Amino acid sequence: MNILVCISKVPDTTSKIAFTDNNTRFDSSNVQYIVNPSDEWYALVRALELKEQLGTGKVSIITVGLAEDDAIIRKALAIGADDAIRINALPADSFFVASQIAEYAKTQDYKLVLTGKETIDYNNAEVGGMVAELLGWEFITPANKLDVESDKVRVESELGGEILVLEAPMPVVISAAKGMADQRIPNMRGIMAARTKPITVVEPFNVAPLVAIQKFEMPPAKAGVKLVDPENMEELVRLLHDEAKVI
Amino acid sequence: MDTMEAKKTALKGGEWLIKETSYQDVFIPEEFDEEQRMIAQTCNDFLQNEVYPLVERLDSMQEPELMPSLLDKSGELGLLGLNIPEQYGGFGKDFITGMLATEVLGAGHSYAVAISAHTGIGTLPIVLYGNDEQKAKYLPKLATGEWKASYCLTEPGSGSDANSGKTKAMPTSDGKHYIINGQKMWITNAGFADIFIVFAKVEDDENLSAFIVEKSFGGVRLNAEEKKMGIKGSSTRQVFFEDCKVPAENMLSTRGNGFKIAVNILNIGRIKLSAAAVGASKKVASVAINYSNERIQFGRSISKYGAIRHKLAEMAIRIFGAESATYRASQNIEDRIHAYSTEGMDAAQAELKGVEQFAIECAMMKVEGSEVLDFVVDEGVQVYGGMGYSAEAPMDRAYRDARINRIFEGTNEINRMLTVDMILKRAMKGEIDLMGPAQAVVNELMAIPDFGDESNELFAAEKKAITQFKKAILLVAGAAVQKLMMQLAKEQEVLMNIADMAIKTYIAESVMLRAEKLVALRGEAAAQIYIDIMRVTFNDVADKLWVSGKNAINSFAEGDEQKMMIIGLKRFTKFEPVNTKEARQRIAQKLIEENRYCF
Ligand SMILES: Cc1cc2nc3c(=O)[nH]c(=O)nc-3n(C[C@H](O)[C@H](O)[C@H](O)COP(=O)(O)OP(=O)(O)OC[C@H]3O[C@@H](n4cnc5c(N)ncnc54)[C@H](O)[C@@H]3O)c2cc1C
Repeated sequence: MNILVCISKVPDTTSKIAFTDNNTRFDSSNVQYIVNPSDEWYALVRALELKEQLGTGKVSIITVGLAEDDAIIRKALAIGADDAIRINALPADSFFVASQIAEYAKTQDYKLVLTGKETIDYNNAEVGGMVAELLGWEFITPANKLDVESDKVRVESELGGEILVLEAPMPVVISAAKGMADQRIPNMRGIMAARTKPITVVEPFNVAPLVAIQKFEMPPAKAGVKLVDPENMEELVRLLHDEAKVI
Repeated sequence: MDTMEAKKTALKGGEWLIKETSYQDVFIPEEFDEEQRMIAQTCNDFLQNEVYPLVERLDSMQEPELMPSLLDKSGELGLLGLNIPEQYGGFGKDFITGMLATEVLGAGHSYAVAISAHTGIGTLPIVLYGNDEQKAKYLPKLATGEWKASYCLTEPGSGSDANSGKTKAMPTSDGKHYIINGQKMWITNAGFADIFIVFAKVEDDENLSAFIVEKSFGGVRLNAEEKKMGIKGSSTRQVFFEDCKVPAENMLSTRGNGFKIAVNILNIGRIKLSAAAVGASKKVASVAINYSNERIQFGRSISKYGAIRHKLAEMAIRIFGAESATYRASQNIEDRIHAYSTEGMDAAQAELKGVEQFAIECAMMKVEGSEVLDFVVDEGVQVYGGMGYSAEAPMDRAYRDARINRIFEGTNEINRMLTVDMILKRAMKGEIDLMGPAQAVVNELMAIPDFGDESNELFAAEKKAITQFKKAILLVAGAAVQKLMMQLAKEQEVLMNIADMAIKTYIAESVMLRAEKLVALRGEAAAQIYIDIMRVTFNDVADKLWVSGKNAINSFAEGDEQKMMIIGLKRFTKFEPVNTKEARQRIAQKLIEENRYCF
C-alpha cells in the first residue's frame, strides 16, 4: 500500500515574526524553517509505522514549494520516507496547494493521503479536507489514532471531550493530530541515506488561488494585569464595565 | 588542486603566529552544510527529548542503568559511531562534523561527559592505534554502544605527570599474556564500562604502554562512585587491576608507545572539549537571556538595564571568539588530514598526524573554551540573582558542571605551559621560523616608529592590530628566551603570560577572519553586529596583551632595556578607541530580541 504524506514548511516557533512590503508580505529573512510538527511527528511517523507493520508499500512525501524547501524535504527523507515529490511553486493558498496535491495524487495509486491537522503558521486546517473533496474521497480530522484493516481505516478522533471511533473505506484522506505517533529523531543512517533518495520535481498545474492577502497585522500586545483590592469591588465593576467593556 | 586548496593545506600548526591568514582560508560555522546541520539537529533533539527530562534522575545516581541506557539510545541513533570508519560499523564522518556533534551534545551536562568519554578517549585509541583485528573486534560494538568504554590513565600519584604511573604489566612466561596490577583514579564511565583502555608500564620500562582490557578478563575491581561537585550523573570511580590477565595481542600499538598514544588522544580530546564548552556556553547564555527578559525589577525587565546587558553581550562575545577559533583550528586539522590521506597515508595515521600538527591550537582552545564556559556560567548565576543560587533553578547545575573542564584533559596550567613549550620546540627545530621575525621586532624597536598611513577601510585597523599583537608576543617570548634561556621552563609565571598572549591573539584573529568572511558572504550591512563583536574583542585583547606582556617583561628585564621593551609593547598593543558601551548595547539588543544566543 502506497501512502502519500503532505508536508509543509513552517517557521520555527522561536522565529521573530515581521512583515515587509507595507505589511503585505511575511518577512522570511532570517527565519529558520522546520517541517510542520503535526506533519512530521504524527502523519509521517504513523505512515512509516504502517509501512513497517504491513511490510510492503512505499511512503512518499509531497510538498508545494520552491527549491529552497529541499532542506525540509531531506529532513523528512532522513526520518524514513522513501521518496519525495516537490511541486515547483510558491504555496499561494490552501486551495492552490490542495489542488496541486490532488492533481498529482490522481496520477498515482495511493490508498492513503495523510496531512497534519493544521500548520503552525496560518492554522487554516484546510488542505486535508480540500484534497479529499478534489479527489472525491472520504476525509477524517482530527485523527488521534489510525489503524489500517484490509481495505478500510479505523480512526479515533477526539472532539469536544469525546472520542469518536470511525471507520472509512480506502482511499481516504486523514489529518493527523496528537496521539497518532511519537516524534522520531532522524538517525545517522537515515540522514546519510536522505542524500541519495529521489526528489521528483513536478511543474505546477494551472490553478488560480482563491485567497489574496491584503494585509498582515500583529495581534495587540497583551495589556498588563491590574490588581484590585478585594475590599474595593466597585472599582472591579467599574474596570470591567468601562475598560474591559465585558459587563 | 587549485591554489587556494594548496595554500590551505600548506599551513602548519603554530604558524599563524608569524603568518597572515586570509579569510578565504578559514572555515566558519555559518558554512556547515545541510547534512551537518541535520546531524546537529538530531543531537539537539536527543538532548531535548531524552536527556533533559532525566538530568535530575541522572545526577541523583540512584539508577545506575540510566546513563548506559542513554548511551544505548545514542548508539541506536548512530551518535557513537560518527568518527568510526564505515567498515567497522561507524559512519566515517569527517573531523569537523564530529566537532559539531560534540558541540551540540556539550550542553548535555553529565551525559555530555559520558558520551564524550566513550566516543573520545574510550574509543579513539582503538580507531587510531588499533590493528585490523583489534578494530574489527571492538569498534562495531563500541559504535552501537553494546560495549561501553573508559580510559584509565590517571592514578592517585600520577595526574598531570601522566607518564609517572605505577601500574605494571608483566609478561607471562609463555609471552601470551600480560598480568596488569595497579590502581587508577577518576575513571569516567568506570561504573558501567565493558572496555578499559589501560596505561601501564611493562616490566621496568620508562614509558607507558597501552592495553585494551575487557572487564570480562577478570581482575578488575571498582571502588564506589566518587562524590563530586558537578557532573554528578557521570560515573567516576577508582579502578583496581588485580592480576588482570590480558592477552598479549591486546596491546595497542607497540610497547612503550603508550605515552604518545595518551598525548595524541588528549590532543583530540582538548579541541573537542572546547567545542563541548562552546555548546554548553550557548545553552547557558540562552537560558540567561531568556530569564533577563522575563524577570522584572523596578518595573522593567532586567534585560533593559545596562549592567545586565553588558553581561549578556560579554557572554556572547566570548562564546563567539571561542567558537570561531575552535572551528578555524578544526578546519586546519581537517585539511591536514585530507592532505596526508591524499599523499597515501592510511586514515588513522592521517588523523593522528593532522591533529598532532595542530597540538598547539588544541591546547590553546582547551584553555579558552573551558574558561569561556566558566565565565558564562558565573555571569549566568549573576543574571539569575537569588534564583541563580537556588539548587532548583538551572544555573546551579550549569555552574557546578562547568568547573571540571578546567581540570581534566590536562589542567589549564599544564595546557598553557604546553602551548609555549610546543611553540618554542618547533622554533628550535626550525619548523616555524620564530627567530627571524623576533629579531625583526627587536630591530623595529630600535628604529624610528613608522606611524604609517591610517586607513579607514573596513578591517584595516584590525589587520594592523593583529600584526602588532603578534609582534608583542614575539617581543616578549623572544626576550624571555634570550634572558632566561634554560631557566624559562621554570619561570612558569612568564610562560603563563606568553600563553595568554598567544591565546588571546589567536582568538582576536579568528574573530576578525570570521567577521571578514561574513562581510564577504552577506555584505557589510548584514554583518554589522559581527563587526561590533570584533571591535570589542580587539579593544579588550589589546589591553590583556598589555597587562600580560608588561608583567612578563618587568619580571626579567631592567633599566633601559626594560624601558625600551615596555615602550615597544605599548606601541604593539594599541588599538583605536572603540565605544564598547554602545557596541555591547547593540549586541545585547540583538540577543534580547532573539531571546537566545543567536550568533
Ligand atoms: C570528574 C573527573 C573525571 C576524570 N576522568 C578521567 C578519565 O576518564 N581518565 C583519566 O585517566 N583521568 C581522568 N580524570 C583525571 C584528570 O585528568 C586529572 O585529575 C587531571 O589530569 C589533574 O591531575 P591531578 O588530579 O592529579 O592534579 P595534579 O596533577 O595534582 O594538579 C594539582 C594542581 O597542580 C597543578 N600542577 C600540576 N603539575 C604542575 C606543574 N608541573 N607545574 C605547574 N602546575 C602544576 C595543576 O595544574 C593543578 O592546578 C578525571 C578527573 C575528574 C575530576
